[in-house]
Amino acid sequence: MTTAAEVEAAYHSARRARLGQTALIVAAIALATALSADLGEVDLARLWNRLDRFGSYFGRMVPVLTWDNLWGDIAQWFRRFDRWFAGLIDTILIAFYATAFGAAFAIAGAFVAARNLAPAPWASTLMRRVFEFARTVPELVFAVLFVFSFGIGPMAGVLAIGLHTMGALGKLFGEVAEATDPDALRGVRSTGASWVQVMRFGALPQVAPAFLSYGLLRFEINVRSASVLGFVGAGGIGQDLYTAIKSFHYTDISAIALMLIVTVALIDQISEYLRHRIIGAEALRAAA
Amino acid sequence: MTAWTPARIDALRIAHPGAFPDRGLRMWAGRAAIAVAIVLFVWGLDRLGFGFVRLWQGSGELIRVGGLMLPPQTGGMAQTYALAIAETVAMAFLGTLAASILAVPLGFLGAKNTMPVAPFRVAVRRVFDVVRGIDSLIWAILFVSIIGLGPFAGILAIAVNDTGVLAKLYAEAIENADAEQSRGVRATGAGRVQVIRFGIWPQVVPLFLTNTLYFFESNVRSATILGVVGAGGIGFYLMDRILINAWPQVAFIILLILVTVAVIDWASHRIRRRLI
Repeated sequence: MTTAAEVEAAYHSARRARLGQTALIVAAIALATALSADLGEVDLARLWNRLDRFGSYFGRMVPVLTWDNLWGDIAQWFRRFDRWFAGLIDTILIAFYATAFGAAFAIAGAFVAARNLAPAPWASTLMRRVFEFARTVPELVFAVLFVFSFGIGPMAGVLAIGLHTMGALGKLFGEVAEATDPDALRGVRSTGASWVQVMRFGALPQVAPAFLSYGLLRFEINVRSASVLGFVGAGGIGQDLYTAIKSFHYTDISAIALMLIVTVALIDQISEYLRHRIIGAEALRAAA
Repeated sequence: MTAWTPARIDALRIAHPGAFPDRGLRMWAGRAAIAVAIVLFVWGLDRLGFGFVRLWQGSGELIRVGGLMLPPQTGGMAQTYALAIAETVAMAFLGTLAASILAVPLGFLGAKNTMPVAPFRVAVRRVFDVVRGIDSLIWAILFVSIIGLGPFAGILAIAVNDTGVLAKLYAEAIENADAEQSRGVRATGAGRVQVIRFGIWPQVVPLFLTNTLYFFESNVRSATILGVVGAGGIGFYLMDRILINAWPQVAFIILLILVTVAVIDWASHRIRRRLI
């Protein structure tokens, strides 16, 4: 028989142990914070002193809009709309081609990387390392290197984001491909199909909806990444944004940022709609 | 067994149109769509300045640069680079910490089940979208302009950008929390705050923590490039060494980034596994 006193004692000792553990974690985080604050030159006094500058900086971005001359003021705000719009189109195109090329290589590589499908174990390991390298090196690093070797312009941007996309999607695609139903593969193989044919007719139809869905998600991410490529000369709207910020053209900054935000939100919405449709169609097929 | 007469095939074609390739107008419409898509695809590539000659020459140049990178060398700057990479990790840590703390109240304000005033909730969500729509590198140059060069600007950039993303994820986690538990707590006569504390909080904390750790990993990667715009970290040296064509040192810095990211990922993965 356990008495009430024993239960209470057990409760208190368990509570003490938990409190001790929590204290340890809190202390570790506090220590890491102090260390990081020192390394990161955190200066709260400076932040406090410059708080008004935040207000005035962002305040100056608000354009002067009068009711009497609303269209004229808006036209003045977006005074270089044609140029910025062209930059925006470039940005979307960079993201599109980077996603398309990256996904194409990722699909080809995923069937090699997936352990259950790979033609040979060493090929799978090699492919995984290649993907890992491609997604760990930041896109902007690739972009700087590619601008150096391919010249200034959006092509360097496409190649940089494309390479990163290949790595990121290759990992996800590989995981999807590892979950394919082996019966379908065996069926195709029994007809005397080659490895490529088994992948094309046995594995690809199973994984296509997931691939498409991941690809669309990546496209959303890539539009955001493409918006800053211009900082290093790799094309898109980033070039104009960088110039506007560096030369303190406040209303230009807000105009470009607004165009960027609307575009990103719009693309997210469309992509989300498409992704739900793809998954919906897939669910229907699974139920049928 | 019946013979495959043309009449029978035609009958089957009418009964199962999906099993046969399209004919006539529909076939041509399909082909035209493919042709238009190809033309658009090529037009876009042309607009972005793609060309075989450029691709060929650039690849040659890239291979030449790759050759110059080997073997990686520190150039006597090992200590500087080590300090810079530590600074990078510190920026990611503080940025993520600040964002994950700020995102908790914002997440509750943006979730349907804890913020019943719809217009306010939608407004909060729109703010998350605006903050999210702007890349952390853009926030970084904005903060460099306001607060000056250095890692502090980078920390603020990561914190602001991630607050937007994390608040959205937190809000979704809160909305997906099981309503039964909140109802149970409410049945005991608990107030609104107590329902959140005892009904929702225990359900969402593990999700919050795993998301935060994910973002820490991803922020270490983003922090490595913030230095390109002067917001601290290893990115400054990387950019600088590329500009002066010190390729062996560039290779060393890239290797340093790869190793650091791998170590952080490994550690974060272990912590996440324990949390779940």
